Amino acid sequence: MPGLSVIMVRIALIHLAVGATIGGLLLADKGMHLWSWIWMWRPGHIHMMLSGWTVQFAWGVAIWILPRLDATGSRGALWSAWVCCVAINGGVALITLYAPLARLIDHLEWMLSVAAILYVIAALTFVHHAWRRVRPFGAIPARIR
Amino acid sequence: MHRQARVYIKTAFVQLLISLFIGALLLINTGLRWQSGLNVLLPVYYHLLMVGWATQLIGGVALWMFPVHSRERPRGDERLGWIAYGALNGGLLIRAIAEPIHTLEPRDWSAWGLVGAALLQVCAVWLLVVILWSRVKGRSETRRPRPGDV
Repeated sequence: MPGLSVIMVRIALIHLAVGATIGGLLLADKGMHLWSWIWMWRPGHIHMMLSGWTVQFAWGVAIWILPRLDATGSRGALWSAWVCCVAINGGVALITLYAPLARLIDHLEWMLSVAAILYVIAALTFVHHAWRRVRPFGAIPARIR
Repeated sequence: MHRQARVYIKTAFVQLLISLFIGALLLINTGLRWQSGLNVLLPVYYHLLMVGWATQLIGGVALWMFPVHSRERPRGDERLGWIAYGALNGGLLIRAIAEPIHTLEPRDWSAWGLVGAALLQVCAVWLLVVILWSRVKGRSETRRPRPGDV
């Protein structure tokens, strides 16, 4: 497993653990009504579980396991995959922190806009990295031929 | 594919079927406006799909395909995997029963059911993270057997 996949999968596991813990507190509060403040973390729970865990895990494993580009085992340009990793985690962090911080500080709506842009950058850079690696075994990508 | 991975993946398929059945009911209900009370199943639908299907499938495939834990114990302590499996599915089952009932008519037992479901699911996830963490590693960290090794 390449270093970037190790990092992405481990960050995804951290999102899973933290996101599920917030989800557990939300579910328990539905029954007990003890911590109403926990509900401001609900958007964070949703984005951690969907983007931070599921999507990031799938991307991290794809970077590891998709067919290599040539006989030397090259995975191609990894810079775009690194950008993807930073962008998706930046997006999740901004969305998660927005609601709690917005209670303390005014005019933080920019955080949601930046998070949306980071999500788009993450998706574009992942596709940029992975596109040429989705091919039949033994086929040589056009740009290398 | 070893037995634990097969059980995780097949259970994920069952959860997919159940969640899509509930999702179909909710969608039909949106169109035909049968029964407004059916909407209490929405959180159950989301969680059966994302935890019971997606997370459990990912867990099963990762237990099967990730680099081995060590030569002696390729998959680490498999008992932890079984405990996580029981807690995850037990927690989801309790949630699927207690949450709609609690939303319609809160009772003490349904409130405690939600707390129990939350505890079980969080424990299951943390166990799964612990099991998988040591198996997420690069090639250099996976010690290969040498000719002299016994």
